[in-house]
Amino acid sequence: MSKFKFKKSKNTPEVSTASLPDIVFMLLFFFMTVTVMKDDALKVTNELPNASEIKKLEKKDRIITVYIGKPEERFQAMLGTESKIQIDDKFVSIENFGSVMLEKISEKPKHIRPFVTVSLKVDKTASMGLISDVKEKLRNINALKINYTTYEGDSFQNLLK
Amino acid sequence: MSSREEVPKVNAGSMADIAFLLLIFFLVTTSIETDAGINRMLPGDGESVVIPQRNILPILINGNDELMVDGEVIEIKDLKELTIAFLDNGGEVPQGRNYCEYCQGARDVLSSDNPEEAIVSLMNNRETSYGAYITVQNELAAAYSTLRNREAQRLFKTDFTSLEERYLNEQTSAAEKIKLKEKIKMIQGLYPMKLSEAERN
Repeated sequence: MSKFKFKKSKNTPEVSTASLPDIVFMLLFFFMTVTVMKDDALKVTNELPNASEIKKLEKKDRIITVYIGKPEERFQAMLGTESKIQIDDKFVSIENFGSVMLEKISEKPKHIRPFVTVSLKVDKTASMGLISDVKEKLRNINALKINYTTYEGDSFQNLLK
Repeated sequence: MSSREEVPKVNAGSMADIAFLLLIFFLVTTSIETDAGINRMLPGDGESVVIPQRNILPILINGNDELMVDGEVIEIKDLKELTIAFLDNGGEVPQGRNYCEYCQGARDVLSSDNPEEAIVSLMNNRETSYGAYITVQNELAAAYSTLRNREAQRLFKTDFTSLEERYLNEQTSAAEKIKLKEKIKMIQGLYPMKLSEAERN
């Protein structure tokens, strides 16, 4: 009449895997919401500088990204080691920069065109000459909102060579 | 109705496998983007006015990333202090039209009249490295936000940066946003960011 009769089972009880799909779905939704699709394949080195006084770039639809840096090694035989501009997947010369940017702006819906922000992702070893030229071109086409995109961190690290 | 009850169940055992597949796809194809930085507004074409020399803080960065402010070579770490001292100077005489009541600076007649007229002029060489340029921009932004935080603390008992954060927060109600915008505009009016950039070869 023992209620707690010791039953010796030979097999260890199996862990139920019924909730495994739920767990995996949870993970899936997490990754789907926090990540963004990588849209550009980088052809230039792009080690961004650090800064602390930064603002988040909200509203992704009104951002045009411009990459500037040395071409990667596989392009150096053709393009040299001077800093180059990359928009989308293509190298753009400074002469064509204005027209390419105008084209990019005209691809945006009309109501957000005045608010287009140009995000400059510039390698920290690049020299200011090219960036001054880029800024001059942006002034010419009246795209005045820019953002020097950086990593968050101590800005004095930029000075270490 | 018995036929209804006999609808065969679909086996859901492979659900986990499908979900795993999707999960791995998203893990591989996505990257968390770095999308924060220093916002700047470029000046439009034209417009040039004569500004008294005392209202300009000339900052020069040369090709070796060395810094010269107001004719003196300085270290980059001192730039923030110098900029704050310049902006917050308020050199106008107390009877003057543009006397700055909230300034806490030295009131040096040879430095800026008031923050609204104070202009920081940043000049760089073509060989200046971008890293150094960003450091300087960052220090200037830090100087302005220090002053703005101080005024926001005095007027609204909160930091300017937290005002901005709340304004940009999606959850803030529309009515509160209007109030916040007024406050932000007011503080920005007290210390407007006037940055002029020119290139020197």
